[in-house]
Amino acid sequence: MQAGSLTWFGAHEIRLAWRDWMSMMTAGQRRSERFAYVGIAVLALGFLALAYGLLAGPLAEGVTADTPTFVLMSGLYALAFSLMVPQAIESVTRAFYARADLDLLLSSPVSERTLFTVRVLAIVVQTSALALFLILPFMAVAVMIDGARWLAVLPSVFALAAIATSLALLVTFLLFNLIGPRRTRLVAQIVAAVTGACFLIGTQIAAIMMFGEMSRVKLFQSEEVLRIMPGVDSVVWLPARALLGEPVALLTTTAASALLLTVVIFAFAGRFGRTVLIAADVGEGAVKARTPGRFKCRTPKQALRQKEWRLLKRDPWLVSQTLMQVFYLLPPAILLWRNYSAETVATVIITPVLVMAVGQLAGGLSWIAISGEDAHELVETAPVSARIRTVAKIEAVLAAIAVAAAPLVLAIGIVHPWVGLVCVVSIACASASAVCIQLMFRSHARRSQFRRRQTASKVSTFAEAFSSISWAGFSVMAAAQSLWALIFLVAAGGVLLVAYCLSPRRA
Amino acid sequence: MSQPALVLQDLAKSFDTPAVDDLSLTIESGQIYALLGPNGAGKTTTLRMVTGLLQPDAGRIEVYGIDVARDPIDAKRIMAWVPDEPMIYDKLTPREYLAFVGGLWGMDPDVAIRRAEDLIGWLGLEEVADTRCQGFSKGMRQKVALAGALIHDPKLLILDEPLTGLDAGSARQVKSVLRDHVARGVTVILTTHILDVAERMADRIAVIARGRLAAEGTLDDLRDRSRSGETNLEDLFLEVVADAAIADAETAGAADAADRAQPTEASSDKAAA
Repeated sequence: MQAGSLTWFGAHEIRLAWRDWMSMMTAGQRRSERFAYVGIAVLALGFLALAYGLLAGPLAEGVTADTPTFVLMSGLYALAFSLMVPQAIESVTRAFYARADLDLLLSSPVSERTLFTVRVLAIVVQTSALALFLILPFMAVAVMIDGARWLAVLPSVFALAAIATSLALLVTFLLFNLIGPRRTRLVAQIVAAVTGACFLIGTQIAAIMMFGEMSRVKLFQSEEVLRIMPGVDSVVWLPARALLGEPVALLTTTAASALLLTVVIFAFAGRFGRTVLIAADVGEGAVKARTPGRFKCRTPKQALRQKEWRLLKRDPWLVSQTLMQVFYLLPPAILLWRNYSAETVATVIITPVLVMAVGQLAGGLSWIAISGEDAHELVETAPVSARIRTVAKIEAVLAAIAVAAAPLVLAIGIVHPWVGLVCVVSIACASASAVCIQLMFRSHARRSQFRRRQTASKVSTFAEAFSSISWAGFSVMAAAQSLWALIFLVAAGGVLLVAYCLSPRRA
Repeated sequence: MSQPALVLQDLAKSFDTPAVDDLSLTIESGQIYALLGPNGAGKTTTLRMVTGLLQPDAGRIEVYGIDVARDPIDAKRIMAWVPDEPMIYDKLTPREYLAFVGGLWGMDPDVAIRRAEDLIGWLGLEEVADTRCQGFSKGMRQKVALAGALIHDPKLLILDEPLTGLDAGSARQVKSVLRDHVARGVTVILTTHILDVAERMADRIAVIARGRLAAEGTLDDLRDRSRSGETNLEDLFLEVVADAAIADAETAGAADAADRAQPTEASSDKAAA
């Protein structure tokens, strides 16, 4: 492999991406690598078993190239696409803004065009990787049962990733020119998160509203949807036909996506260096504070609380990432409302969703306050005891939660005082549990690493989720005055106990 | 005689290998004290133990007579620490940052505001005082961090590589602010790789090598002790570090030889048989 060539750079990029991914999976500990490999293998086997269970029956009956099949395949294709687009936007943004090795590469005698091409192709591979990880077991089962035509899934996924990457490049360059480099970073990240969530949540909500179930497959196969779809000969079904292994369709979609990517690369390669330089120049440029000089605090506790609130207020990206977790609770909320609103009072249905949402929100905010301290050495060298530091941060989190939840809780309390009381208790407990879990798994990180918190400690992520679920279960049962509430109470305590036993603090 | 600003007694800290090894040092108050040493010598580890960011494995640290282990809060009240990578909040302005630090140290808000204005002026931060720190250059961040360290009027100021990354103008401003504070009785301990800075600024110098104190004194003291008659700090520093390495190698060699001379259990058994 010749140094400086496209393939040489490609190998370099893939090696870096692999190590980055492994480091995320192992929380940066090389000793955990073996466990990560075993975990991946177990997960893959699990997926294979799941795929066999789901596909064996339908595939044995045979797959016919009719409208329902095309709708289903296209729907799944669109779902994969909705996952790939945000990932690609994130990667493209990072390619422009993350300085990492860009200074070194751009100061080398390698052509900008080569660098840009390699970076874009690396993004295509990275974007395909997650989808392939999820799809490959299903493809393997399909190949085993129904023949080699299902291998067409592979080029189809790459084609889809190429389109997602092209789209991401177009969006990023467009934003760069429209709103400038400073805002592009933030807006691109929010666009990525919202586009990803919208299709996933939108289809779920549509399925719930029509059938009272969260299953998207049911939506894709419904009479209502099939009725408005074009005939089997329509060009709309080209990607679906490609997935089913029809050679002409496969060749057309793959060639079209490759052509699109090539055009985009040629169109933007010349601007890559300039864009990166502008992004670096502006960085996170100067922003005048709107309320200068109004930061008055008489005690260290007040100072810490005010600091947390001010930083949160000024970081829309962080807030959007935190609220995004809550956004995903919309479908179950709508499902509950649709299925049980006739039999139960609405407040009882809203309560668990609210508790779950607050639990998730508390987890995110506590991580930001407890672990995401950008100047932890400053805070630790201050003449303030560790207890006061921690209490101040917890107070900041709980106050923010209280402000966010108060209007809804108040409304529930006015309609049904008992449910309101249960809601308050459950929210307080869910928030306290989330804070406890974050304290057990506290680490030193920068706030900008917020998205990595879930990969850094999978135990805390699961503990947070199970704790929120337990408190949500408790709330609904307690609101309905059922003794089952006690079971959920015990479960919530159990989650905390297990988290404590597995926490590094204890080790 | 006034109370020493810092006393380190038999201080030790190991990670995988010893980082600080039986270090004893007394630093008198009201002076600039430079801690020199090659990379990985244990300078930053020592200072992090003094500031309470690391727990020593052994030894005692006293700051103006306050035992850091026994009374960390009181010790912290009169100390300030500026790490080599300034840790400030990108979303706060320098003025807000200073108000926050003042709050952390429990200062009266009005006093903190007045003091912040003075520091902003001394360090030439007026134009950016109400601009968020995101996008500040390293030098600017360093100045904001230094202002934060000085706002509560510490008696002991500890700085890790304070002048790295500063332009000539900023470096002069920082040096002038440090000198002013020393003239008012503040003790400044700094680590630096810029030997010229130590030579020009420090009243006393300590050279640490492999976690141990290799030499200590004024520049003249170090010159007097030089075997080769070196007069500039760079040559003196290299000589001291080389001597420390030789002494270490000799100690290790002697220990190995002693080990070899000591019969192992197996060989003793054989001999007994």
